Amino acid sequence: MILDLIEFLRHRLKRVIQVCCIILALLAGFDALLLDKNKAHTAVEHLPGFWAVFGFTACVVIIFVSKWFGRLGITKQEDYYDQ
Amino acid sequence: MINNLWLHPGLILMAGALILPLVKGRLFRPYLLLVPVLAFGAVLQMPQGVYGVFPFLEWDLTFGRVDRLSLVFAYIMTLMCIIGTLYSLHVDNPFEMAAAWIYVAGSLGVIFAGDFLVLFLFWEVMAFSSVFLVWFRRRPESLWAGFRYLMVHAAGGLVLLAGIALLYHATGDHGFHQLDVSRPTLPVYLILVGFILNAAVPPLHAWLPDAYGEATVSGAVFMCAFTTKTAVYALARGFAGMEILIPLGVVMALYGVVYAVLENDARRLLAYHIISQVGYMVAGVGIGTELAINGACAHAFAHILYKGLLFMGVGSVLYMTGKSRFTDLGGLYSRMPRAFVFTLIGGLSISAFPLFSGFVSKSMIVAAGFDDHLYWAAFLLTLASAGTFLHTGLKVPYFIWFGKNNCAKNTWEKAQDPPVHMQLAMGIAAFLCIFIGVHTPYLYDMLPYAAVYKPYTAYHITESLQILLFTALGFFVFLKKLTPKPVISLDMDWFYRMGGRVFLLGAQRGMDYLSTRAQQYLGEALPHRLNTFSQSGPARLSLLLIRPLWYLTGVTVKGPDGAEKRFTDTFNRSLFTIGSTAVFTIIMLMILLFFVT
Repeated sequence: MILDLIEFLRHRLKRVIQVCCIILALLAGFDALLLDKNKAHTAVEHLPGFWAVFGFTACVVIIFVSKWFGRLGITKQEDYYDQ
Repeated sequence: MINNLWLHPGLILMAGALILPLVKGRLFRPYLLLVPVLAFGAVLQMPQGVYGVFPFLEWDLTFGRVDRLSLVFAYIMTLMCIIGTLYSLHVDNPFEMAAAWIYVAGSLGVIFAGDFLVLFLFWEVMAFSSVFLVWFRRRPESLWAGFRYLMVHAAGGLVLLAGIALLYHATGDHGFHQLDVSRPTLPVYLILVGFILNAAVPPLHAWLPDAYGEATVSGAVFMCAFTTKTAVYALARGFAGMEILIPLGVVMALYGVVYAVLENDARRLLAYHIISQVGYMVAGVGIGTELAINGACAHAFAHILYKGLLFMGVGSVLYMTGKSRFTDLGGLYSRMPRAFVFTLIGGLSISAFPLFSGFVSKSMIVAAGFDDHLYWAAFLLTLASAGTFLHTGLKVPYFIWFGKNNCAKNTWEKAQDPPVHMQLAMGIAAFLCIFIGVHTPYLYDMLPYAAVYKPYTAYHITESLQILLFTALGFFVFLKKLTPKPVISLDMDWFYRMGGRVFLLGAQRGMDYLSTRAQQYLGEALPHRLNTFSQSGPARLSLLLIRPLWYLTGVTVKGPDGAEKRFTDTFNRSLFTIGSTAVFTIIMLMILLFFVT
């Protein structure tokens, strides 16, 4: 059953990606237009789509900072400690 | 430890562990399940109060301080012990299971300890029993990782003991209560260091990925649940509101995320995310408000389940295929679909997806940070939660079950869903992860304080979904950047791995130098000088007396034919020299002896 569902989605990958993009757009749109932001903790959160931008930026920052950190000499060959 | 009809659940596990090697045949597996169920039952019916107080020398030792804070931890730990044991039913080595139970008993001993002496006793029990869960993997690497784990914890234990001794000396009280965190003294700091080493706070954290990555399949499931969470309990009990824990917690949360990007081994990646998640709890303890402490406890509760589930999911891949590195796996969805679904549920829970357990626990801590106007901490913790989804929710499932198929033919053939008992254990944990997320009173009613928190508001759901889904967008956009490579990342364990080698080399070179110099001066130069001194001493003394007479009589003193040369030659040739040298040496020795004594 699980396998059938995965195969079903994989065979319609383009459609899945389209649906995902629509969901993202709807979510950001809902945040910008309809959401009641009285529960926001800070002023910046009132910017439309703040958490969407935050999420994407966080992801990019984490990837690139970590890769940069790894290139400082942190990543080594697997047999490093055996030498 | 039966006192007022109170039975320590740790005692049940310890007794069970001692009998376990004697249980054989068909009784073995039912017995394996029975013991943790009995321990869980003991916690369920446990009333609050103080039990198990024993006088020992001049102290009263308290083995059973039962209140809401200890009960919530004891509940989840004994529950996880059942799930972990169910998952480990395939293990034929009774000593591995006995070690696991004694380890859990150690945690429960700490949870119920009413004073620092009992706490220290069980603290050490945990370290010395859990190391066997690493050693029983029986790889050479496991042996060394186990030794490193033991050394680090022994050192941490000593610091803790020093703190306890100094605190008792200063206050005369050995009770384990909230410490004075507004004006911390040296003993308080020492105890804090002992605790945060077990909580894996950088830079004292490297033992965790080092040991958990090398543990047995079922050993890692136990280890991921107990050591760090016991430390969180100890911090919540003794250090609530200690401000330094807030930055330390935030650093932990981010540190684990950064290393997870670089990690190629799935179990080490999960281990780094333990550091990250425990960072939320440590920060929660540092914030110290009722909501924050509740959040720390709730998150520890949820964490034990979802992290156990993740280690079970990835562990089942390791158990079936013998591989845990992403560069040896990939595309397994068709071979191990159930393990995929369970791991995904664990991933969604740790990522705090709405309707999963992390959503109702992690957000309490972040909300407590915002409420306390600690905006930097709250935003950075939110940033780390994007990283959690990026790795545990996306990278782990994607690169094991989808992505490029790196499986060797042998790996691919061996890959299939794990045995039923493993699936059942994962199923129970997965159910609880969702149940906690859906039915919040189950968890919230167990928390120590009555602080009200409502996770399911439109704003919070939209906020979380935006962060998570746009993180997912980033993941797929930069998928190539995240493709794992067969490398390792240096961490703080470098210092005691390579530090040992540097020390050895330094010691070797240093000793060589010392030895050469000692030979040169003590072995050769000094005896030679002493010899000359003893031999020519009498002649020189005589010369001192005779020389003025020669000068008076006008004899040639210096030069090859001088009186001095002739006198010395004659002196050296005569028998008198031997006797006089002996007498002179003895006199010199006696003078030396006189001055020394």
